[in-house]
Amino acid sequence: MNPRNSAAAPLPLHGLPAFDARMRALGRASHAADAGAVALLLALMIFLGLAARQMVSPLSSGHAPPIDLAPSSLPMYTLRTVARMLVALLASLLFTFTYATWAAKSRRAEQVLIPLLDALQSVPVLGYLSFTVVFFLSLFPGSALGAELASIFAIFTAQAWNMAFSFYQSLRTLPVDLDEASRSLRETGWQRFWRLEVPFAIPGLLWNTMMSMSGSWFFVVASEAIAVGDTRIALPGIGSYVERAIEARNLAAIGWAIVFMSIAIVVYDQLLFRPLVVWADKFRVEQSAAQPRPASWALDLFSRSGVIQGLRGPVQGVLAHLARARLALPGGHRAMTERPRGAGDILWYGGIAALLVCLGWYLAGFLRPALSMSDLQAVALDGVLTLLRVIVLIALASVVWIPAGIAIGLRPRLTQYVQPVAQFLAAFPANLLFPVAVYLIVQHRLAPAIWLSPLMILGTQWYILFNVIAGASVFPTDLREAAASLRLGSWSKWRRVLLPGIFPYYVTGAITASGGAWNASIVSEAVSWGNTRLSTPGLGAYIAQQTAAGDYARITLGVAMMSALVVLMNRVVWRPLYALAERRTRLD
Amino acid sequence: MSSAQIPPAPVVIELRGVSKRFARPSAEPFPVLEGIDLTLHEGEIVGLLGRSGSGKSTLLRIAAGLLAPTSGTVWYRGAPLAGPSEGIAVVFQTFALYPWLTVLQNVELGLDALNLHRAEAAHRAQAAIDLIGLDGFQSAFPRELSGGMRQRVGFARAIVTQPLLLLMDEPFSALDVLTAETLRTDFMDLWSEHQLPTRSVLLVTHNIEEAVLLCDRVVVLGSNPGHIAAQIPVAVSRPRDRMDGAFQAIVGEIYSILTTRLSAALKSQSTLRQGLAPHLPDVSVNEISGLLETLAAPPYEGTAEFVKIARSLALEINHILPVAAALHLLEFAEVTGESMKLTAAGRVFAQSGTEHRKQLFREHLLTFVPFAAHIRQVLAERDDHRAPRARFEFELEDHLNTADAERALRVTIGWGRYAEIFTYDDSTRSFALAAG
Repeated sequence: MNPRNSAAAPLPLHGLPAFDARMRALGRASHAADAGAVALLLALMIFLGLAARQMVSPLSSGHAPPIDLAPSSLPMYTLRTVARMLVALLASLLFTFTYATWAAKSRRAEQVLIPLLDALQSVPVLGYLSFTVVFFLSLFPGSALGAELASIFAIFTAQAWNMAFSFYQSLRTLPVDLDEASRSLRETGWQRFWRLEVPFAIPGLLWNTMMSMSGSWFFVVASEAIAVGDTRIALPGIGSYVERAIEARNLAAIGWAIVFMSIAIVVYDQLLFRPLVVWADKFRVEQSAAQPRPASWALDLFSRSGVIQGLRGPVQGVLAHLARARLALPGGHRAMTERPRGAGDILWYGGIAALLVCLGWYLAGFLRPALSMSDLQAVALDGVLTLLRVIVLIALASVVWIPAGIAIGLRPRLTQYVQPVAQFLAAFPANLLFPVAVYLIVQHRLAPAIWLSPLMILGTQWYILFNVIAGASVFPTDLREAAASLRLGSWSKWRRVLLPGIFPYYVTGAITASGGAWNASIVSEAVSWGNTRLSTPGLGAYIAQQTAAGDYARITLGVAMMSALVVLMNRVVWRPLYALAERRTRLD
Repeated sequence: MSSAQIPPAPVVIELRGVSKRFARPSAEPFPVLEGIDLTLHEGEIVGLLGRSGSGKSTLLRIAAGLLAPTSGTVWYRGAPLAGPSEGIAVVFQTFALYPWLTVLQNVELGLDALNLHRAEAAHRAQAAIDLIGLDGFQSAFPRELSGGMRQRVGFARAIVTQPLLLLMDEPFSALDVLTAETLRTDFMDLWSEHQLPTRSVLLVTHNIEEAVLLCDRVVVLGSNPGHIAAQIPVAVSRPRDRMDGAFQAIVGEIYSILTTRLSAALKSQSTLRQGLAPHLPDVSVNEISGLLETLAAPPYEGTAEFVKIARSLALEINHILPVAAALHLLEFAEVTGESMKLTAAGRVFAQSGTEHRKQLFREHLLTFVPFAAHIRQVLAERDDHRAPRARFEFELEDHLNTADAERALRVTIGWGRYAEIFTYDDSTRSFALAAG
């Protein structure tokens, strides 16, 4: 590996010759870098400004202009979509920092917030949309802002939960010595949060943010072209464009949308996530330098530019000053051993129980008149069908991608090329390809019940692939050499050495893939192409149809059934597997 | 005993009747420290020595305000200590540096709580960095540094606050021998030349020579629960020489206190043997056979003093004592005072082959470790000859805290597997009777 310019050191080291040489080399490159970096920064600011202005000001009449299928309008649509994603991401971060922090610092809050988060996470994204869209529209009657907020909220629900979970996990697993150091240095709650807790959580949080982003791309169509009952909204954006193209059976427009979506994903990755990954590398607590450091040309460009570096100093100074402020936030440190009980607890749990009873009462009053026993039976049957589909598809994807992933991961050169592609495919919203699939199914008169199923896993199977590749590529060399020197047969080598070695990585990938498949079932079990509508019995199709019909009682029932199944599958299958993987791969 | 200094120097910190018990989920609180009275005066370095589990780190954390004592009071500057306070700094065994901050930022961290002016803070941080020998490394991240340099950052972060009291929790034990020696020397130079603002130091260590080298007074902690067993003033002029006779005499005295305490503890344990609670030393069968073989071979021929055998094996006394305790417990050797002697069984073990050794070990394990015999009996009584680990965990937790119960079970599993009195499957977390 060639030595890479580290952007992490804010002060130049004096007196070290190698470093001086590097600084001189940086000086030479600095003019070109300045031009590039400043151009990039200006372009970003202009684009964001444009998008923001359009989001707030126009369309005050409440009537959006129809979506234009000309490819020339796609750049602006893509931009609007990207901006929405960004706003939702900021909202998710805000949610993460407050909700997860509260849960981690207060035992009482934790016992309510964490199960709640688990439930929120299992609710399919469309479930939130159906219930909140009317509320958001009523907030700003006659303006597009309400619809924008509804859309952003839908994206938020696809992003926030796992980010909050990751942050909470990090806060609860702070290394004991760093915690003691922080207390011994008498940091206030505020200082501790920005100096210790957030930095420690950053690597995990960033990874989850990237996953969240992929998750929300997937719902780009559903969150922009909102159709709940009689409410129909088409916000200008790439999702509405796709929806319109499907209605108009315009395959060329779908192709253009795919192209622009790909560009957006690549740009997001290169300009936002890559630099962040490189930057976050310094927050890893394991202090070894074994793994290759990630690289980012964009970050290199910025750190090489004198102008940007000049701007960076004051900004950094202000941020550092803010983090250093001795604000006393409550509950800086939470004693792990103390378990106080008393009147406060009784009051707290009593209040929560009362609230739950009230909610249950209200819900029952809402559902009972509309639903009958046969509804429950129908939903349960649909649930079983979708569950079967998820299980079969995960199994199939595993059979295909585990061997492929291991084969690729063991070859470093191949990994270098395949891994980014796999990650891109995982981030790409596979439902943009659904129209193509429908077209093929109709053309060749295939059975929808079978051929619609693979669509569920079209997008999420890549999580299995790239996690297995990652696992195989860090497989310890000595263990491979030992297997070779023992002259293990290829079967026992796979069974005894390679498969157990990548098992934890596989489980991580499979959990994500399975969660994604459940969510995807809503958009993949019922698809359309113009006025051709294909659907197959299943819980996803059920929820999609009830959403289109605006039948809130049955949406609730369907969503509740799906949440229950997702939670059940996590508890019964994935958590035990994950625990097993953790236990098996430890050597102490 | 107490340290009688003439005239008595002002007190820096005083612990009066300090006890600490840790809560357990389903049992009585577990006592870690009992009735500790300890006073640190200005101008002295006090060493805290003891076997692992004697509560020395807990005691340091109580003095640091990181833990609150269950009973008793810590007096600091005329008031009870209620938490981490100005003037008290801690150096950690694991360094506890923030990996995402540079050396300079880590050091400056120590100053935040003092609300200093920006320029004053920068000046002080630079001064600390110069003093500790970190100049030129300001912008390095901890992961780029060697262990020794990392601990220098730990020191700089602690002394930058100009603490009156410096608490050091095994600060040199994560370093290699040479690096540790360099850091010790550098620290002593700063201390003797009065370059540190610090008035008093409390040093937790398990290394007897280190304690005698650095300290003015060594406090020996006894275990179960931790209490002050002895206080030994180190009246050797500085700079101290390890080969010096007076130095060696004090090291020997402390050795003998620790080993006498060991044999006393072992005696009281053998009367307790009928009870289930096993205070099993955390040693492997390999270490047991290794020490047995060494003892049986020349020049020892069955009898050896701890100090000699530790030195010839280049081990610290802390590594020998638990193994000796295990030999005593299994009646392969007898520990008396400062030495140990092989029993007949121990001699046979040392001279036997693998199969015979296993058989001998099995007999002694079942006879002298009631807990192992108990597991065996439970398995034999059950129809399927299997039992979950949790069953025995619960039993142990009536007598021990969770960590000790975990350890006792781990040791028993290791010994039991070697003796083939049962098998243990970690994936199902269950015991089964060994076949045959």
